[in-house]
Amino acid sequence: MRVYLDNGATSKTDERVVEAMLPYFTEDYGNPASLHTFGQTALEGVKKAREKLAKFINAEADEIIFTSGGTESDNMVIQGIAKEGDHIITTKIEHPAILESCAAMEKRGVEVTYLDVDNEGYVKPEVLKSAIKKNTKLVSIMMANNEIGTIQDMEKLGAICKEKGVLFHTDAVQAVGKVSIDVKAMNIDLLSASGHKIHGPKGIGILYVKNGIKVRPLIFGGGHESGMRSGTSNTTGIIGFAKAIELCNVDVKEMVRLRDKIIDSLLELPDSRLNGPKDRLPNNVNVAFKYIEGEGILLHLDGAGIAVSTGSACSSLSLKPSHVLLAIGLKPENSHGSVRITLSRYNTEAEVDYFLKELRGVITKLRALSPFGGK
Amino acid sequence: MALYSDVVMDHFKNPRNIGKPKKWDAVGQVGNAICGDVMYIYIKVDDNIISDIGFETMGCAAAIATSSMVTEIAMGKTLEVAENITREKVAENLKGLPPVKMHCSNLAADGIREAIKNYKEKVNKE
Ligand SMILES: Cc1ncc(COP(=O)(O)O)c(C=O)c1O
Ligand SMILES: [Zn+2]
Repeated sequence: MRVYLDNGATSKTDERVVEAMLPYFTEDYGNPASLHTFGQTALEGVKKAREKLAKFINAEADEIIFTSGGTESDNMVIQGIAKEGDHIITTKIEHPAILESCAAMEKRGVEVTYLDVDNEGYVKPEVLKSAIKKNTKLVSIMMANNEIGTIQDMEKLGAICKEKGVLFHTDAVQAVGKVSIDVKAMNIDLLSASGHKIHGPKGIGILYVKNGIKVRPLIFGGGHESGMRSGTSNTTGIIGFAKAIELCNVDVKEMVRLRDKIIDSLLELPDSRLNGPKDRLPNNVNVAFKYIEGEGILLHLDGAGIAVSTGSACSSLSLKPSHVLLAIGLKPENSHGSVRITLSRYNTEAEVDYFLKELRGVITKLRALSPFGGK
Repeated sequence: MALYSDVVMDHFKNPRNIGKPKKWDAVGQVGNAICGDVMYIYIKVDDNIISDIGFETMGCAAAIATSSMVTEIAMGKTLEVAENITREKVAENLKGLPPVKMHCSNLAADGIREAIKNYKEKVNKE
């Protein structure tokens, strides 16, 4: 049995998405910037896609900029608004696309505050409020966390930014399709999203930029995307992303049921703990098992055909434990045995049952090897 | 899986000499839980020879495989020979380790040395 439970990393491209994209490879392959009919046909497809994506987050079509993905959208915002002497506020649990961009800005003389989160990963509104200063230009807080599934209270955080007159950006890469998004109600000025997490193609993303806000471009050239992001449009990607958005308006009740089945079952095991809140992304489970290390869990499961991910230090390139788990207060020694399971609409109960059975075996096996008990 | 060699994967999936031997004289403890790899290597010594050996490891696949491999290399060896098992030797017998794993996960040779040191200290006390 092959079971894919790593949809937070990326997801299967839906066949209907592939089908929608195909004509734009071989028939309507014109450059949307060209005046001839080949180009204008492609432009029509891009235009409809832009409208669809805008509508999905309650924005206007001309507020959507196509990018190469979540990473680029995040980089654009962090690098394209603040100048030397300005202040950016973000959190300790952001994706590296935000954190590393912020680190680069610090080198360029921008001040950055990394907000603490509580032990479930929530940003406390009063913590944000008191961090905003005179020179604060931008607040960037992810809508939903990719590791532990925490969903922030966007309306509250957005209202604070509005009241204080600072721009509010959110990385919604993991939230799209799982949490309903309304940039107006949430007072969001800028939003990043990505195609490949929601059964769309890889290498396509959007940045929503509210009308009137100026973002300095990262990529210069022919002036595409209102001059904000040059480069020939990724027509197939754009069409695929819009199709994926159309398909992701589905009921997550079944996903939530499977998620909670996994959580309940894993917490029955001794010395296990749920990372993140109970009320979380419908597709996310993150559990830490004491006395063992995540890479071993991942590879044993892989041997059984099951794909998950881990926040262990040994399996990361940096050899550091997950910054998110440390930020919610896990001790490094208890963060190594963490496993993240991320569901998609394709996962079945039989897959979940198979995974749970295999995982129990793996935990027992690895704990039997461990010097620290749990035997 | 291209990260690890087939020998590493074999030792990870089917580790040899696991757990404490029935009787053991000394233990070498290396690594630390904060960085994620911890190894306890247990030895039984008879007439200057490692007559039994076992390990307990919390760690990644590389940590488990190096522990298993080092016990296999050291079993039946004299203390002098076992003391001179190097990290490189362990990695070589495993048909190589990824560069990032050469340091923190490749502690097993140190574990043997610690166990022998611990053994000698105990003998000297008697
Ligand atoms: C929260 C979050 N932000 C940004 C990204 C990066 O998106 P992309 O892979 O489209 O560059 C990811 C995906 O890994 C993510 O989970
Ligand atoms: Zn390791």
